Amino acid sequence: MDPIRQIRSRTAVLPFTNIDTDQIIPARFLRTTTREGLGKQLFADWRYLPDGSPKPDFALNQPAAVGCQVLVAGRNLGCGSSREHAPWALLDHGFRAVISSEIADIFRNNSLKNGLVPVVVDESTADWLLKNPGVEVTIDLDSTQLRLPDGRAVQFPIEPFARYCLLNGVDELGYLVSQQPVISAYERTHA
Amino acid sequence: MKTMLQKIWERHEVVPETADTPAVLYVDLHLVHEVTSPQAFSVLREQGMKVRRPDLTLATMDHSTPTRTEQVFGGAPIAIASAAQQIAQLEKNCAEFGVELLNLRSELRGIVHIIGPELGLSQPGKTVVCGDSHTSTHGAFGALAFGIGTTEVGHVLATQCLLQRRPKTFAINVSNRLAAGVSAKDLILAIIGEIGVSGGTGHVLEYRGEAVRALTMEERMTVCNMSIEAGARAGMIAPDDTTFDYLQSRPRAPKGTEWQRRVAEWRALPSDAGARFDREVTLDGERIEPMITYGTHPGMVTPISGHIPATRGDAVFDKALAYMGFQAGEPIRNQPINVVFIGSCTNGRLEDLRAAASLLRGQHIARGVQMLVVPGSQQIKKAAEAEGLDTIFRDAGAEWRESGCSMCIGMNGDNVASGQYSVSTSNRNFEGRQGPGARTLLASPLTAAASAIRGRVTDPRELLNG
Ligand code: SF4
Repeated sequence: MDPIRQIRSRTAVLPFTNIDTDQIIPARFLRTTTREGLGKQLFADWRYLPDGSPKPDFALNQPAAVGCQVLVAGRNLGCGSSREHAPWALLDHGFRAVISSEIADIFRNNSLKNGLVPVVVDESTADWLLKNPGVEVTIDLDSTQLRLPDGRAVQFPIEPFARYCLLNGVDELGYLVSQQPVISAYERTHA
Repeated sequence: MKTMLQKIWERHEVVPETADTPAVLYVDLHLVHEVTSPQAFSVLREQGMKVRRPDLTLATMDHSTPTRTEQVFGGAPIAIASAAQQIAQLEKNCAEFGVELLNLRSELRGIVHIIGPELGLSQPGKTVVCGDSHTSTHGAFGALAFGIGTTEVGHVLATQCLLQRRPKTFAINVSNRLAAGVSAKDLILAIIGEIGVSGGTGHVLEYRGEAVRALTMEERMTVCNMSIEAGARAGMIAPDDTTFDYLQSRPRAPKGTEWQRRVAEWRALPSDAGARFDREVTLDGERIEPMITYGTHPGMVTPISGHIPATRGDAVFDKALAYMGFQAGEPIRNQPINVVFIGSCTNGRLEDLRAAASLLRGQHIARGVQMLVVPGSQQIKKAAEAEGLDTIFRDAGAEWRESGCSMCIGMNGDNVASGQYSVSTSNRNFEGRQGPGARTLLASPLTAAASAIRGRVTDPRELLNG
């Protein structure tokens, strides 16, 4: 994984609460054995008409959404299924961070493990972002701050070890593997 | 004074958590299926790693697996090529890495959350994980069981451990007993209605109280199964004699003196009297009615005698009702339906099939309704057939299939058509969950069977009372 310090981008906004991972990527696209190329199926049932053409009114189909790396969504983003295909699809589409006032546990974990930065902010900041699509924001992992165009800086929580991994571009597997001797000792006493 | 979560957690900390690092948590049972594992095995292969504890790992196939007998046992190829490929990949991965696989034609195969308990592998005090959010099911045994993503599946395969922070605790107390015609499914839907679909975020739910103690193991699994639908990491119920009776004769449960020793340990697992929970809520079990969902998440739920709530000008709510084709303020009872599905890891066990059959015996489903009954495992299928349940379902006009996730998830060929209404005993009514455009109403097996007979949303108590 490449190290991530700062993400600076305009936002794309989906002003819906409880966006579940079945919406982010419907189950019929999970019959794959690799993690590549899922971006074209991102939000498939919201994004395309049954004939496969783009739905004109869907936010991500607007010209303004092209190139946006930050997705803002309503409360409880990513609820439901544990499919890691959800962050894979978002990343493949070009998103690098998601912002919401609440992000479901498994989706948040899966996002962190793939370098999609989950940013949880207070309701009033989230409301403001939901009402102002397309603003340019900066997500800074060093200071764990989200900076808004009016100069406001909002602190966001992030698990310290996950942050360390993102900043240094390392994955957690290496750390776990380095714990093998302790794991073996545990197995001897707890078998 | 400790909660059950705390006791299990402390026993599994290989390295305790600190401010800078999460705990290294040991996993006792890792269940694997075809959809969320291929990319994890690929990582092991790329890095030249082995599966650390194949003896603590068990694989099955269920999600994209067909349920039509000829596709499972021969006569016809698996209709969906990508599903066939995923199944073949799981076979290859399990053979290469030495993981036991209950393959397509195994008589022990079934939905991943059904087979663990059925074999006696899901036990009190264990940590159980699977690349599937409904892993919370196994918490019914007093285990800490939760869903993980594919990267974490790789972590567990390689190291038998996960990096985790200890979740908070949330006690769900249910007093009194459930009334006749009210089932475990109604109880968990009522709980989700009460705390909301993100009410449990960051927490492990512990279900407690008289109504919970009175539940059978199968009913407890139904309750714990849907903990994730309240946003919770996991759900658990303290083990007791009901738990031990269920487990004792299971093929992979401990035997002999080992069994005695384990039971003594398990008796010490329940939360200590006076242990503090981070949150707590109490419901009166006696007042719960049969419940049914009307919207596009499991929190959009009402007693079956109730009405679809007024809109309050909430655009997301209106979007959900538009998807469902319902009007705010109308009763949910008597809404016409097209499809009934009985099955899934929520309600695909023998007691669920018996409940549905009790109403369908000697009856026929309404004209124009399609009904699918899909046992949760091949063993359940066999047991149901030995009791003649399959004949009751077939005579009533339903289809009887091989086990699998089937219509719970639109990815194996069993779909609800766009615009159709489905009363389903599964756990998710998200847009498109049962197929693009499908409209799902979640309910208990009794409500599903009653609705199949009438062709409309029906309170099962109307049929139970004659
Ligand atoms: S039955 Fe449904 S919820 Fe259960 S494991 Fe299968 S797809 Fe998931």
